[in-house]
Amino acid sequence: MQVARVRQLGNPRNIEFALLLLVAGLYAFELAQIQLATVLVLRTELVLYWAPPVLLAFVMHLILRLRASEADWLILPIGLFLNTLGISVIYRLDIIKPALTSSGHAPDLFAQKQVIYTAIAMAIAAAVILLVKSHLSLRKYIYVSMVAGVLLLLLPLLPVIGKTVSGARLWVGIGSFSFQPGELAKIALTIFFAGYLVSRRESLAVVGRKFAGIRIPQARELGPIVTIWLASLAVLVLQRDLGTSLLYFAIFLVLIYVATGRPFYVVVGALMFVTGALIASRLMSYVGGRVDSWLDPLNEATYNAIGGSYQLVQGLFGLAHGGLFGTGLGGGLPQLVPLAESDFIISSLGEELGLVGLFAIFALYLLLIARAVRISVQHNDDFSKLLAIGFGFVIALQFFIVVGGVLRVLPLTGLTTPLLAAGGSSLIANWIIIALLLRISDSVPRLGVVTE
Amino acid sequence: MNREIKRVTILIALMFVSLFVAASTIQVISADSLNNDRRNFRPVYDSYKVLRGSILVDNQPIASSVKSSDEFRYTRVYAAPMYSALTGFYSYFQGRAGLEGTLDSYLRGSNSSQFFEQLNAIFSGNPVTGASAELTIDPKVQKAAWDALGDMRGAVVAIEPRTGRILALVSKPGFDANLLAVHSGSQSQDNYSALLTDKNRPLINRAIAGDLYAPGSVFKLVVASAALESGKYTPSTLIDNPATYTLPGTKTAIHNSGEGKCGGAKKVTLAQALKLSCNIPFAQVGIALGQDVIRAQAQKFGFGDTLKIPMSVTPSVYPTGMDSSQTGLSAFGQFDVRVTPLQMAMISATIANGGLAMQPTLIDSITTANLQVLSAPTATEYGRAISATTAERVKSMMVAAVASGVSSNGAIKGVSVAGKTGTAQNGPKQPYTLWFTGFAPADDPKVAVAVVIEDGGGMGQKGFGNLLAAPVARKVMQAVLTQ
Repeated sequence: MQVARVRQLGNPRNIEFALLLLVAGLYAFELAQIQLATVLVLRTELVLYWAPPVLLAFVMHLILRLRASEADWLILPIGLFLNTLGISVIYRLDIIKPALTSSGHAPDLFAQKQVIYTAIAMAIAAAVILLVKSHLSLRKYIYVSMVAGVLLLLLPLLPVIGKTVSGARLWVGIGSFSFQPGELAKIALTIFFAGYLVSRRESLAVVGRKFAGIRIPQARELGPIVTIWLASLAVLVLQRDLGTSLLYFAIFLVLIYVATGRPFYVVVGALMFVTGALIASRLMSYVGGRVDSWLDPLNEATYNAIGGSYQLVQGLFGLAHGGLFGTGLGGGLPQLVPLAESDFIISSLGEELGLVGLFAIFALYLLLIARAVRISVQHNDDFSKLLAIGFGFVIALQFFIVVGGVLRVLPLTGLTTPLLAAGGSSLIANWIIIALLLRISDSVPRLGVVTE
Repeated sequence: MNREIKRVTILIALMFVSLFVAASTIQVISADSLNNDRRNFRPVYDSYKVLRGSILVDNQPIASSVKSSDEFRYTRVYAAPMYSALTGFYSYFQGRAGLEGTLDSYLRGSNSSQFFEQLNAIFSGNPVTGASAELTIDPKVQKAAWDALGDMRGAVVAIEPRTGRILALVSKPGFDANLLAVHSGSQSQDNYSALLTDKNRPLINRAIAGDLYAPGSVFKLVVASAALESGKYTPSTLIDNPATYTLPGTKTAIHNSGEGKCGGAKKVTLAQALKLSCNIPFAQVGIALGQDVIRAQAQKFGFGDTLKIPMSVTPSVYPTGMDSSQTGLSAFGQFDVRVTPLQMAMISATIANGGLAMQPTLIDSITTANLQVLSAPTATEYGRAISATTAERVKSMMVAAVASGVSSNGAIKGVSVAGKTGTAQNGPKQPYTLWFTGFAPADDPKVAVAVVIEDGGGMGQKGFGNLLAAPVARKVMQAVLTQ
């Protein structure tokens, strides 16, 4: 063993502080640019949108200094940047809305709510960092997590409070307040999967017979994967959303693969899911419709069909309109796309920031995910590894499913773009993930020496 | 475990690569086709912000954008209905037509040749200013053509034979494009509906894209050219000259327009037959040549081709699969032969240019706001349609037709004019379609012209080409020559 070099980065918290300042400045610039481009004057309300996320980010920064000083220094600035960029676009869509719509009602405004949700989400994240002193303590709660995850998943199916939005039953609502419990369920289930797989990895990885080069575990070890498969099919059938169903099942597959090192699980799991999804798409018209829209959105009949490809095509028009460099924030027409502030926020961004902007956003997500991977690799204990890669993969896959839906890589589904899209549940869930990643990164074993 | 984590990372990387590829495909590769999709309203909304370029004739705008105080920022203003066949219209609610449509990407500054303009707009924050298009149209000639048609429905096309530059392009009735450029959606819609339902169909561009017309005797120029090119005929070749002729395989008898022989003799020369525009000799020549030879000649003149001037010109048609009686009819421009006035003008221009067809065009130059020339088409050859000898021979026949034949009203004092009239039948009791095409001066052609008048010029079956179409052509040619 030979000492190669010592990595000296300086105090990570100082770099984080500098990056947060940069992001806060960018955010102010975005808001000012939007006002100047749309209403042609600077309005003081800018501060109301700018201050809460920025202040809370510095509060989180302070807490990290005190309670997790070794935590990763890139995650918080990236989180703040994506979150505030999302608010900017949502504000940009709000600002051009008339005081009264053509039907005489006040228009739906999202930016103020988004700022409030962001503040709540970041406060919760700060609390998580303070309360969860070590992520290893989460191992004690894996079965609680399982029960919580399942309950959260089932919540939208309850009568009265369960709500169906554009065909998918993913919401609960009481009065004007609504929530997407599935977002929180993904955290609970990731914790459960990680904990469960750590305790069972020996038996799951046990060598069985070999068939066609792949080792096949004994039949009883297939129990968990079949259970999760049935559960995700239940989500698909009962909640009518392919994306959500795919998300849970894929997290499980990835974690069981990482835990056991057996590609067999991935192959069999993927086959099972594809079979299930194909059958579902034949039996349930809404899945089939989504697939038609995906394959040939510009087809006249598909375009005009109710629940057809109109929205998808409008999104494509917006993206094409943006082209390479975009129209500039406030210069495009993202309001022509239905749900431009939530499901289709990526087409709003692509229109105004161009392909260049989208590439930058994709790169930031990749960077965020890469930090999770790095944390996972650096940890020595299995639970930390699984948890970090699990969270990283959740963000990656959810982003891929949503953005891939808008960009026609996949059929469109009802997930939200992490951190960017309007919606409280998604913000809270993703800020909790950020808090947990920060917490996990704080306890990365530090050798101080990199060996080769 | 790290090995598996690495593989999962590769999977994540692949997912993102697919997103990068998909975004590039949509935003760059298929961006143009998505932007031009007619269901996409963004280009229309975008145009609010752009100071759209002008369409100019002799440096005077015939279509231009002026500032307005409402949210549209600019109003499109059109100078006169006599240019409506050129400009078409640009409406926030009804779309675009004519040059406003064809040149749209230049006028709104989004053409790929304006890339630096767009880049500059991005960095400076100023909106793009569209490029302006200067046309080859001569306003005096255009006005002469417009006035000469009077209240008759029809079209005039005048071309400079040597270059293919279009000097006048008129379709009548025209329309006031300002009616469609209004900023009220309902008003625009009402005006549009009124124009659409007008029985005179003013929105149809009769010069290039209306219903095609039966050419009648002006098509004899194509048959005479084919005959001379075949080597089997000279202008003095003698053809049988009966007073009536029964088409082979039918009982249909055809007549010359004067209901008699073509001249008094037993036989008539090809030159005489063209000069007097006799149907019977041409039917025989047509049948003897065969439809394939005539069709090949017609195609060399431009038939069957979608010309871009840059608006698309409806291809003129010489029918296929005819029997010999139909071929006989086609030889004097009846049966299913159908042409545009622009095609007829191009035939005269080609004969005038020694048999070399030039690509007709309306564009003199396209220039950006800071005077960068984006496009300035030079004279382009379309192809050789007939030999110089044949051209010279057909020209002589056309000169004779005007000087001492049935196309006499095309004559201009002191100038040698080559011309050919036509009076096409459209069925029993239907009014005739009246034609004149020709060029002047015959020895040094400055202008070739085609005039079509629908509906017998309002005279039913009493109007004929020499009476109504030839004087219009004369005035147009005079307008060119008196400059």
